[in-house]
This record gives sequence, structure tokens and C-alpha cells, in this order.
Amino acid sequence: MRRILEGSQAVAESVAMCRPKVVCAYPITPQTHIVEGLARLVAEGRLDAQYVLVEAEFSAASVVLGASATGARAYTATSSQGLLLMTEVIFNIAGMRLPVVMTVANRAVSAPINIWNDQQDSMSLRDCGWIQMYAEDIQEACDMHIQAFTIAEELNIPVMVCMDGYILTHAMEPVEVPEQEHVDAYLPPFKPKFYLTPKDPITLGSMAGPDAYMEIRLLLHQSMQRASFTIREEANRFEEAFGRSYGDLLGSYRAEDAELLLVSMGSLLGTMKDAVDELRDGGHPVGIVKVRTVRPFPRTQLHDALADARIVGVIEKDISLGLEGILCSEIRSAFCGAARTPNISSFVVGLGGRDVTVDNIKDIALGLLSDDTCRVEVAGIDHEVLWSAHSEEE
Amino acid sequence: MEAAGPDVIIANATGCLEVFTTRFPRSSWQVPWIHSLFENPASVASGIEVALKALGREDEAKVIAQAGDGGTADIGMGAFSGMLERGHNILYVCYDNEAYSNTGFQRSGLTPKDALTTTSPAGPTSWGNLTRKKDLPAIVAAHGAAYIATSSVGYPVDITRKVKKALTFTGPKYLQIHCPCVPGWGIESAISVRMARYAINSGLYPIFEMEYGKITKVRKIKKEDLVGVEEYLKPQKRFAHLYKYPGGEEHIKAIQAAADANIEKYGLLAE
Ligand SMILES: Cc1ncc(C[n+]2csc(CCOP(=O)(O)OP(=O)(O)O)c2C)c(N)n1
Ligand SMILES: [Mg+2]
Repeated sequence: MRRILEGSQAVAESVAMCRPKVVCAYPITPQTHIVEGLARLVAEGRLDAQYVLVEAEFSAASVVLGASATGARAYTATSSQGLLLMTEVIFNIAGMRLPVVMTVANRAVSAPINIWNDQQDSMSLRDCGWIQMYAEDIQEACDMHIQAFTIAEELNIPVMVCMDGYILTHAMEPVEVPEQEHVDAYLPPFKPKFYLTPKDPITLGSMAGPDAYMEIRLLLHQSMQRASFTIREEANRFEEAFGRSYGDLLGSYRAEDAELLLVSMGSLLGTMKDAVDELRDGGHPVGIVKVRTVRPFPRTQLHDALADARIVGVIEKDISLGLEGILCSEIRSAFCGAARTPNISSFVVGLGGRDVTVDNIKDIALGLLSDDTCRVEVAGIDHEVLWSAHSEEE
Repeated sequence: MEAAGPDVIIANATGCLEVFTTRFPRSSWQVPWIHSLFENPASVASGIEVALKALGREDEAKVIAQAGDGGTADIGMGAFSGMLERGHNILYVCYDNEAYSNTGFQRSGLTPKDALTTTSPAGPTSWGNLTRKKDLPAIVAAHGAAYIATSSVGYPVDITRKVKKALTFTGPKYLQIHCPCVPGWGIESAISVRMARYAINSGLYPIFEMEYGKITKVRKIKKEDLVGVEEYLKPQKRFAHLYKYPGGEEHIKAIQAAADANIEKYGLLAE
């Protein structure tokens, strides 16, 4: 059924259709509407779950950890400071191979404190052992959650579904809300591969010394690499079941014969598509490669998708301070030892909710087409603000 | 463990107990057991408890959380408070050895005043730990916990009885067990049980039970068992500075006064 819904409400309804048994979260803007939505669904009796009100994100993550270890499908959601506060538990959930699903409503990280969107929060946690997927629009965010549970439970790897705060969480859009029976057919009830029960006692979270730690981490790394197949399979299975597809680990837009390929993830892709349409109308050979999955990192797929372009511009809302955009560095690694490498440049945009317009994207593209020198740019800076911030620092 | 029976699920904090019992690939635990982190067993146990409910498996197991004094009173305090406030049906056991033993005996919020630890060393300008021991049972009581008890490895039968009793209550239950740490306290292991008993029989570590906020039982000190605090302090290296530096007597007097106050407050002396 097609309905006009706020992104958060749409995600809450999709998550509810996945029938989590334990929902536990702590409020933080811009995640709040999702967890409020779920609280309402539980209160209305439309979601049969334990909804646990905790005193901090650290406990929210710990509660879903305990619940998942006991064999319950468990869900949480957070943003920014909340995600960082959870960090220790986030690593722990992955290390214990618990198939938790979490929404990250992407938001800038303090200081300075800022509630608006960028992707610094989840990108900073890319090494924690969770699968990380980024949604482009509200529909994809909804559908990605449904896929996330199947992927997580098949692999025993937790999944983070990242959606841009405000831009996706607070926007109203027509959304195709699936029927419960279709979701049930696609996503069967959770059958844990192991769980805490006196009927078959197990020890979870034991200590591993130098003699075994590396092997256990390697197994997680290898499962993570194999996750690429599962993600692709699930994308196909989802398309068969629901008729919607967004690519698998990658997607692309007007990428054929492109001399310049722009790469990004999340809602920025919508703006970029408009920019590319205009550029193509003007005769400029520009296309887009969309990164849906940051972990596992689609290294070979990215190499293959980008290898024929002369220029690559990676546009992203995060920065590894002192280096460049995080995704850009990783894309460079895809070309390590390659016969031919495009000129790859990093553009950091839209931090802390700074608007990124179609014209901004066109400027970046036209700039690269006229001068393809590899560069690292923090784009869209207001130099007056920069000077006043600078003099305050002095 | 024996007291709780096999139908339990245990959430353990990082600390001595965890490190010694679960080195991969072996485990000393014959019951379902999970260790997540230092500061979150209360929340992990909460998750276990709600999951059992959500899955209709409440009757399958009793949920127990275990942590040290540091994991409970310091770094895990927020999570512990949340667990108590939400009213989960969990028995929380705190093994109180009065410091962070696992990391080499640093000060915790349950380290008693004037005790030396590696981060509260004593010397001519310091008497060791400067703050008094946090009254954790009172904090738990303020949350409205169903059952609260203190106990001691000095009296193992007492522990067994209290675990059994605790598990008859629905809601959050708290058991704080005083445990001498042989290397940390600087004692011979042969006297650790005696030290545990002296802590009680001097009045320094009151042993009591509380049900729904009211004290229902205290462990009385028999007249012949009553000891002065010095019997307890003197054999422990963590208090040796009280006998070394001038002015120590004043501190010992203050400790005796605190013990006397406990005796008075809890009515610890047998008739
Ligand atoms: C976040 C975090 N900080 C510090 C540590 C290091 N650490 C592990 S156990 C421990 C002390 C444990 O003390 P306590 O809870 O009293 O238990 P005990 O070892 O005395 O039984 C510390 C500081 C840790 N594991 N995690
Ligand atoms: Mg301790």
C-alpha cells in the first residue's frame, strides 16, 4: 500500500513488520521519531515486543546484546553521540556474532555540538565488525531494514542501517508499505544458531589469549567478506518478492561511457542524480556509482565499476581529520596494484547539515572535467565564517 | 551457584571472576553464561530477562548478574541503577573485595577509608584512600529493590541461604558479598576467612537482610566474638601505614567510631 509517511514513521513500521521481540533504544535527535513510532506501535498492540526504557545508549546496546544472546530478534536505533557512547558494546556485539539490527540516523559528531546530518558517526565505526549499509531514500531505508534482519541472522553478523538524519528521517514521501504477510514470507521467524538456555549451557564472551584471539578475529573477518554474497542474494530475493531493487553492494546511475564517475552514499545521491542529468544534458559524460555497503567493503566491485573512467570524484559527508574523506581513501585502496588507475579526488561536503546543492555537485564535476589533478577538498566553505572562527581560536 | 541450581542464566562483568574462569576454549561454567563488558552486566541481564519474557520462556531460568565492587559501584552504576529502576526480575551479586583487583588493586568506590591501594598509596602526606566506602545497599534500597542482603565468604552457609532466599522474590534483588583479596589486602591466605569474620565481628561490615526497604534480619555479633577494629586492621598490609606514621592512632580511632556507629545503627550486638 502506498502512503505518504515521514521517513522515521515508515522505518518504524517496516521494523515492526520484521517482528523484533525486544526493542531498546535511548532518544537522540534525529533518531527520536523512529523509536517513538515503535513505542506507539507496541502501545497500540500492533507490535508484540518488549520495549525497554533504559538510562543510556550504553545500556540500550547492552540490552539488545543480552536479548539477542538469549535468542530474541532485537533492534535498536541511535545517532551521533549515542552511537559513540555505545561504541564499546558495538564492538562486543559483533565479536560475539549476535545478529542485532540497528538504525543509525546519521548526524554530525560533537564538538561543536550539532544535531544536523552528516555521516561522521557511523563512518567512524566502520571497523567495528558490523555490516554497514547506507540508504538513499526513505523507500530504500524501509526495505533495507527488512533485508538487514535476514542478512544478520543468516551470517550472525550485526547490521547497521544508516540513513541520513532529517533528510530522510524527517522528510515526508510516498512510501510503498509492504503487507505483513509478504514480509513474513520473506523473513521467517528468528532461529538462533546458538543462545543462552539451561537446556544446553554455553559460555559466551570468554577470554581469548594471544594463542587464539587472532584466529577468532580472522573468522569474523572472513565471514564479513563472505557477507558480500549474502547481501547480493538478499537484494535479488527482495526484488523477486517485492519488485524493488537498489543494486546490491553498489548501484549506478548513467554510468555507461562516463569519463567522470562521482561516488557517494546515502541521500546525497538524489541531489547528485539531478546534477548528473543536467550535466548529461549539457553533453558532459558524467555518471554515478552508489555505495550501498561500506562494510563489507566492495573492493573488487568498485574497482570494476570505476576502472574505465578517467576521473573519479568521491563526494562524502565525513572526514578522517588529517587525511581526507574516509570512503575516498578506501576507494584508492581498491586500485592498489591495478594496471590502470583513474585520477581519484576526495570532496568532503555537507558536514553538520551544510546544504549540498545541485550546483555544488555540478561545480565539483565541471572542475574535475577541466582539471583532473588528484586533490583533496573540503568543499562549500564560507570564508567569512572561517575567518571569524579562526580569529576566535587565536 | 550451587544454591541457585542449574536453571539459571548468568551475565558476568569483566573482573577477577570472569578472567579466571573462561579462558578460551575452556570454561568453568556448567550453566549458560555470558560475559560482555566491565560496566554492563546489569543491562545484559536486563536484555536476557526481557528476551525470556518476550519468548514466553520466563520459567526456563532465573537471571543472575555478577560483578565486582568496581563494576557495580563505579563504572556500572548507571546501568545498575537502570536495572533496579526498571524492576527486572534479576538477582544481582556484587563481589566486594574493596578494590579493582583484576587490574592490580586500584581504588574503587567501595574501598574503605584509609585503605591503601595502588592508586591511593599511603605516605607521609596521605592516609591512603581519602573517601569513605559508598553505602551501596542503601542506594539499592532507595530504588525500592525487593530484597537486599550483605554476606561474606567468612560464612559460606550464609551466602547459600541468601541466594536461595533472594530467588524467592520477584523483582530486582541485590546481594553484596564481602571477599578478602589476599594479594590486595596484603594478608596470608590462611587468615583470609578470619579477616572476613573480623570485618563482621568488629562491626565494620554489617551483615543484614532487607525486604522491600525494611531491615528484616541482622547477623548479631555474639559477645565473645566481638573484636576491636585493630584485630582486623593490624594483619592487613593495606592498613600498615596507620601504624607507621604519627597520627595513625587518630585514624584508627575514627575507624573504631565508624564500627561502633554501625553496631548502634543496625543493632549488631547480641543480647
Ligand atoms: C571500560 C573499561 N575500563 C577499564 C577496564 C579495566 N578493568 C577490567 S576489570 C577492572 C577492575 C575490576 O574491579 P572489580 O569490579 O572490583 O572486580 P574484581 O576484579 O575486583 O573482582 C578494570 C579496571 C575495562 N575492562 N573496561
Ligand atoms: Mg573488586
